[in-house]
Amino acid sequence: MKEDLYGLMAEFGRADQLLAATHAAYKAGYRKMDAYSPYAVEGVAEALGFTRTRIPLIVLIGGISGALTAYAMQWYSAVIDYPLNVGGRPLHSWPAFIPITFELTVLFAAIAGLVGMLWLNGLPKPYHPVFNAPQFKLASQTRFFLCIEARDPMFRRPKFESFCNRCIPSASRRWRNEIVDAAGCGSPGIGLRNVLPPRHG
Amino acid sequence: MSTHLSEAVVAPGYDNESVTAKITDVVLSPPVHRGWLGGFAIAFALLMMMNFAIGWLLYKGVGIWGVNIPVAWGFAIVNFVWWIGIGHAGTFISAILLLLHQDWRTSINRFAEAMTLFAVACAGLFPLLHLGRPWLFYWLLPYPDTMDLWPQWRSALVWDVFAVGTYFTVSLIFWYIGLVPDIATMRDRSRTKIAQVIYGIASLGWRGSARHWKRFHMLYLLLAGLATPLVLSVHSVVSADFATAIVPGWHSTIFPPYFVAGAVFSGFAMVVTLAIPIRRFYHLEDFITIRHLDNCAKVMLATGLMIAHGYITEAFMSWYSDDKYEWFMTQNRMFGPYAPAYWLLILCNIIVIQAVWFKRVRTSPGLLFIVALFVQVGMWTERYVIVITSLHRDFMPTAWGIFHGTRWDWMTLIGSLGLFASLFFLFLRVLPAISISEMRDLVHQKSEAGR
Repeated sequence: MKEDLYGLMAEFGRADQLLAATHAAYKAGYRKMDAYSPYAVEGVAEALGFTRTRIPLIVLIGGISGALTAYAMQWYSAVIDYPLNVGGRPLHSWPAFIPITFELTVLFAAIAGLVGMLWLNGLPKPYHPVFNAPQFKLASQTRFFLCIEARDPMFRRPKFESFCNRCIPSASRRWRNEIVDAAGCGSPGIGLRNVLPPRHG
Repeated sequence: MSTHLSEAVVAPGYDNESVTAKITDVVLSPPVHRGWLGGFAIAFALLMMMNFAIGWLLYKGVGIWGVNIPVAWGFAIVNFVWWIGIGHAGTFISAILLLLHQDWRTSINRFAEAMTLFAVACAGLFPLLHLGRPWLFYWLLPYPDTMDLWPQWRSALVWDVFAVGTYFTVSLIFWYIGLVPDIATMRDRSRTKIAQVIYGIASLGWRGSARHWKRFHMLYLLLAGLATPLVLSVHSVVSADFATAIVPGWHSTIFPPYFVAGAVFSGFAMVVTLAIPIRRFYHLEDFITIRHLDNCAKVMLATGLMIAHGYITEAFMSWYSDDKYEWFMTQNRMFGPYAPAYWLLILCNIIVIQAVWFKRVRTSPGLLFIVALFVQVGMWTERYVIVITSLHRDFMPTAWGIFHGTRWDWMTLIGSLGLFASLFFLFLRVLPAISISEMRDLVHQKSEAGR
């Protein structure tokens, strides 16, 4: 059962509590962790140590390939493959090729961005262990979660307990859960145990 | 000042929970609104009427429309330009206002984007039907065919295919990306298994991870940057359909900016036309506030003045050019057989819109709704005047003619309103009409600022 443990999760009622806890966890040395929130909380991704994304590069490459594809296609068809002499006008009439070049630049950049974002985010992914946490439905609505994953080299339960007690204000902590990767142990639906009883307030 | 304005973008007293509940309840609360059913029934009936008209068109051919030589571009092109113009406000609101940090875009961008998609879908129908043999539409695309032919890259009509296709695709991506976190909210709030599964699939398994959010926002910002020149390019390309021809009244360099201004003008009119009933029937006055209507009205006024400038410049240039065909066209437009249409467009687009100078009109939903309807009629009439009056009096008097839409023309036009409204009613029923995650962020920022 041990290898099926995905991580431990803390729940917060406010964005600034999540941000503070993430900073604290990073400072304590945790790296394999993720924060979950109903909207993008400014600074949390950076607090997790995630400062740069490759999305701009992907979009740029998409845009450049769109421009090259469009221009090359028009040039090839108008000059090489199907030259059509209309009143002696130049075959390589580049100004007329600009609108389509622009449109395909935008089109390819947008599609590359979409595919790149989904690919880097690992979406679509209908099942994920964090969905097993009780109250996790609220991550898309009102509440904020921080999950420290079992694959973190520093991950040891007693240590985590003491970290929580030290760094996460108890007023903001309502549950601490052990999340089990249900798919990992081969029987979906089982495998969620509360380490501590829910504490309200 | 800033406190006053920030209060106006969303009513005070909302938090994450109440924002989420209020927006999702429109979709998830079980009883279907009777007004919705009635509205959808009417819209669907109109859509069926259009299907009938299209069926007859496919059976008989485009001869059932009033088009002939010299007026070969009748309602099909008028409707196309009108619908695609309406489709401009969505991307304008989502992209340009995002880059300009206008926080009032937040509660209207989602349905404005949906409006864009549906309007572009309506627009796309008309040129395809006008082809005569719409099932051969793929001849417009560059593909390796056995006829060994390529599209004519120097034709504005081919540019149109790419511009409209790109615009639709990019708008769809922009809209869907923005929807993903909200669909996740719907998944987590819906009570029935089937809804959970459908929203679950559509949400792509979004879980709100901070890393995902960061990539999401980066992409959203970049798409806004890409869509900004795109939205300006689409109607410019559409205007090139006219401006690259030597027909009097079309061959003018003012067309691209004047078409873009007209597009934003009619698009904001449609946003207002949709926002006023939505906020009323779904009690969303706290989110779509008077300030939104006020701002939309100001954009309408600004773009309305731009197109007024366009009309004046057009008339002046045709006199100043000393080109007798141009000058005849202008006189014929103002006093010829289509003079009523011309003066109707002047009334709707230049005179009625001046009412919006008054704050009382801008802040009164009922009055603003009426002004917006005038603008839509006016903008349709404008395209009608541009297309018909230029064509019906060509250079050669022997080629002159008169065009009138037939009943099939009118059925297709009114039916396309049914198509648009049907899609919009379905959208309201199954997807959150206001961006929930952005509203949560907005409410959060407002409460931070107020603290």
